[in-house]
Amino acid sequence: MESKLALTVDGEEHAIVVDNRTTLLDALRDHLGSTAPKKGCDHGQCGSCTVLEDDRRVTTCLSLAVAHDGASIVTASGLSGDDGLHPMQQAFIDQDAFQCGYCTPGQICSAIGMLAEAADGSPSFVTDDLAEAPSLTDAEIRERLSGNLCRCGAYVNIVAAVKQAAEEGTA
Amino acid sequence: MNPFDYERATDAAGAVTSVAARPGATFLAGGTNLVDHLKLGITSPELLVDISHLPLTTIEEEADGALVIGANVRNADLAAHPLVRSRHPVLSRALLSGASGQLRNLATTGGNLLQRTRCVYFQDVTTPCNKRVPGSGCSAIGGHTEQHAILGASEHCVAVHPSDMAVALAALDAEVLFLGPDGPGSVTVEELHRLPGDAPEQDTVLDPGHLITAIRIPAPAPGARSTYRKARERSSFAFALVSLAAETVVEDGVIARARLALGGVAHKPWRAHRAEEVLRGAPATTETFTAAAEAELDHARPLEGNAFKVPMARTMMIAALEELTGEDA
Repeated sequence: MESKLALTVDGEEHAIVVDNRTTLLDALRDHLGSTAPKKGCDHGQCGSCTVLEDDRRVTTCLSLAVAHDGASIVTASGLSGDDGLHPMQQAFIDQDAFQCGYCTPGQICSAIGMLAEAADGSPSFVTDDLAEAPSLTDAEIRERLSGNLCRCGAYVNIVAAVKQAAEEGTA
Repeated sequence: MNPFDYERATDAAGAVTSVAARPGATFLAGGTNLVDHLKLGITSPELLVDISHLPLTTIEEEADGALVIGANVRNADLAAHPLVRSRHPVLSRALLSGASGQLRNLATTGGNLLQRTRCVYFQDVTTPCNKRVPGSGCSAIGGHTEQHAILGASEHCVAVHPSDMAVALAALDAEVLFLGPDGPGSVTVEELHRLPGDAPEQDTVLDPGHLITAIRIPAPAPGARSTYRKARERSSFAFALVSLAAETVVEDGVIARARLALGGVAHKPWRAHRAEEVLRGAPATTETFTAAAEAELDHARPLEGNAFKVPMARTMMIAALEELTGEDA
């Protein structure tokens, strides 16, 4: 009970055959050697496996790879370009926004996806007026990133890093 | 996880035929609940029919102002839609109170309705659970009951439905449109989910071959205001201990219309008809709101560990009604 599928990961096209039970996360890590997305809880609760699929942030542990045949995925490894690190990555370094680093690839992908959502005007649960475009207060950033846990507790500096990247207009 | 076949549906009718034809077949949408259940061993389907690529992704306004929302509209997109935000803020807020940003980008409207309880005993295959294995017993009764039902439970199951979205849709009198082997059908969101009774394994009135294709929300009444409140063990990314969807229309200080539904308290979104009856035609005062909350919660039967849900629900109902009907509302 296997399926053949195509995935574009960090700009590179791949054709793989996977057991139908394989999650997208396991396909990335074990079949394609793309180890930026991390397996933390494997139940959608920690966010360390977050990537950008068609520019939207998603967890990969609760997706079956076969259901994402044809998807285009960007992991934290695929964010940097010819001119160096992605501004969100640089902001995490500048603001000392990680300690052990395990959650960091997921945090960074989630933060980039989140800034795009906010730039589109999407509200959050802490947005007072649903009719207004939200402004990225600390409370908004914390709420919007609540799907990414950091057991080192780097949250204060993660908020600072996201603010830095947002102010640089890198959404 | 047991092996399974996979089929990517290309049209809704074909998907229904595939699932209806094979016992052990089930639909796959966003996967955020089903894939977790595959890992936990809660369910072992033989065939997954992937409906996530069907173009059930539109939000359309009908001539009478109703919104028809495709079953594959992602929770994030539904919450952010301008017509939902302006007409049914209760629905936007309910959606935004659930899960996390990256999960809301995957989870679908149909899948959200059909997600299953997060009762820890249901999710732990080493413990008896009538919902998971009919007739095996209920580990929650006599166990840790903080999360469990205070209304409409049975001796066989005290689990609660986890959806926030469904609570808002129940309050809004939304309708579920589905396609089955015998053609299309519909059921209200309030009627969709069952109370556990002696068959807690059946979450809804739908058969396995019934595919939700859309939900329909009637147009709001002129002057309607709505909101969603949620109490939980942490301030974000947690299921409700108690939640409330509330919508009111007040005319000259009198409640012309009130629709309330509670979440986290029952096996289904709990439409508070008794409270609504007290509110209808009554002055919009705290006394009225208190009487309404008590009319509903007089029927609560808390368990050993969740008596706190009764005052929590009462306070929430009163506070939400004060917010919606206050002068600066």
